[in-house]
Amino acid sequence: MAAQMTDAHRRFLQALMSNGITEGSEAKKLHQHCCETDKVYYAHDKLDDFISTINSHLQPLFMQIRKGISEDDGRAHYAVVNLAETEVTKMASDYTESELELFRKTMDLIILSENGFASSTDILNLADQLKTKKMKKKEAEQVLKVFVEDKWLSEKNGEYTLHTRCIIEMEQYILSNYQDVARKCNICHSLAIQSQGCESCGIGMHLPCVRKYFRGQTEPRCPECNEFWSCDTPGVSRMGSQT
Amino acid sequence: MSQRKRSKGLGCSQLLDGEDDSIPTQVERRSQEQLNQKVSELVQFLLVKDQKKIPIKRADILKNIIREYRDAYSEIIRRADRTLQEVFGLQLVEIDAKRHIYVLINNLPCAEGEQLCRDKEKEKMGLLLVILSFIFMKGNSVKDSALWEFLHLLRVYPGKQHSVFGDVRKLVAEEFVRQKATPAAPRPVAPGVPHGVRATLDSPQNTPVHPKTCGEGSPPALCRYLETTAIPLTDPPEFKYQWGPRAEKETSKKDVLNFVAKMQGKDPKFWASQYSEANKATT
Repeated sequence: MAAQMTDAHRRFLQALMSNGITEGSEAKKLHQHCCETDKVYYAHDKLDDFISTINSHLQPLFMQIRKGISEDDGRAHYAVVNLAETEVTKMASDYTESELELFRKTMDLIILSENGFASSTDILNLADQLKTKKMKKKEAEQVLKVFVEDKWLSEKNGEYTLHTRCIIEMEQYILSNYQDVARKCNICHSLAIQSQGCESCGIGMHLPCVRKYFRGQTEPRCPECNEFWSCDTPGVSRMGSQT
Repeated sequence: MSQRKRSKGLGCSQLLDGEDDSIPTQVERRSQEQLNQKVSELVQFLLVKDQKKIPIKRADILKNIIREYRDAYSEIIRRADRTLQEVFGLQLVEIDAKRHIYVLINNLPCAEGEQLCRDKEKEKMGLLLVILSFIFMKGNSVKDSALWEFLHLLRVYPGKQHSVFGDVRKLVAEEFVRQKATPAAPRPVAPGVPHGVRATLDSPQNTPVHPKTCGEGSPPALCRYLETTAIPLTDPPEFKYQWGPRAEKETSKKDVLNFVAKMQGKDPKFWASQYSEANKATT
């Protein structure tokens, strides 16, 4: 029998929903704040249990607090996601048809790209090819800004990739709709948008996963085919030569 | 066909024993599974609408969620409310009994230092609180002109664009009072309840619905906090402002008096008549 919801759980859930996406250490602080405010027993290492309790009550509503790892820094983030795609969630959309089409096409570019990024130029060029309603470049720029504000996309040096929040919420959708193209990380088996790939056998890995896996290895080798790992492995010193 | 449905319902009603006190007969015609599905959909629907601070009309609920389950409407609403309270600490409240309009209110006691509203709305809520306080301290009703004189003191002018609030006259007279049918471009809201960008991506043919739930298209609204009525026999017509039904539900005279007292560094008892009114209201 699942544990009872207390006001602390409810407060935590409300905060998570209102944040959109919450970083791991913030979640820990929030956990403590909620337990203290509502005078509920607090154990600093029991965040996962705390969340499981909430999830057991969210499950019949087809919702869940899901944990995802940021592809940039490897830190955990939490988001409340919808698991069901009923008409209700469709009606919840906050964007116009053309905005959504732009987002879909941007997502195509990102997933099909080598490095998980789509350049601003490429995206803006799509703007006047939209079937729903052509968009001027200025307007498309604004829309992209809004997507970044709402944490569906993140931007770096004029290039766009999917925000951690987007990946957490859309992982299932992407894996099923981009089956042949979307990569899964060989180490953690989650969806990988930004990734490094093996030149020989083509498997991919998240950058934080690469860092962790090759830590301390002087001659990084592909876990799958054992060929020398040719990409730059951040934070790993290299010695030796190829075989 | 209907026989099959009925026996399924009767079979499932066994599960209800011990959970509900009385089982309305119309509920048996629907399987528990189907009802639970409707309850889940309604809960999500309400959460999404509430995130945008748009009060929910019963007509919308019936059209979009309940549909052919009209006979089980009150049961579904009841269960949805119970779920909202148990899981989210929110409560479904009817703020307009005549037109059947609902909002979700927060059941959880407010904690120190908690961010109640998202940043975009914080300033508007601040202004609203100041206006509600002014109205209460002045005896629950103020003339339109008196309110604007007061706001002048805060350097908020009806004719001038305000750097934070924009068109203040519109904000006060329209947004705080009721939603207006403005064909504003739908603006994506700050991240909140997960919404169905993904779901709409699945079916490009479906028209994603803008947040035009009440038939209006304005951005997140803070409506029904104020009420305005015309003062009879005035020429040119004058209006008076009072607390709206939502203000009554979401805050209290006691809270407002405490706010004023804090601002002025005085004890709430300093305002004898407001103090007694505020305390009477809470009993």
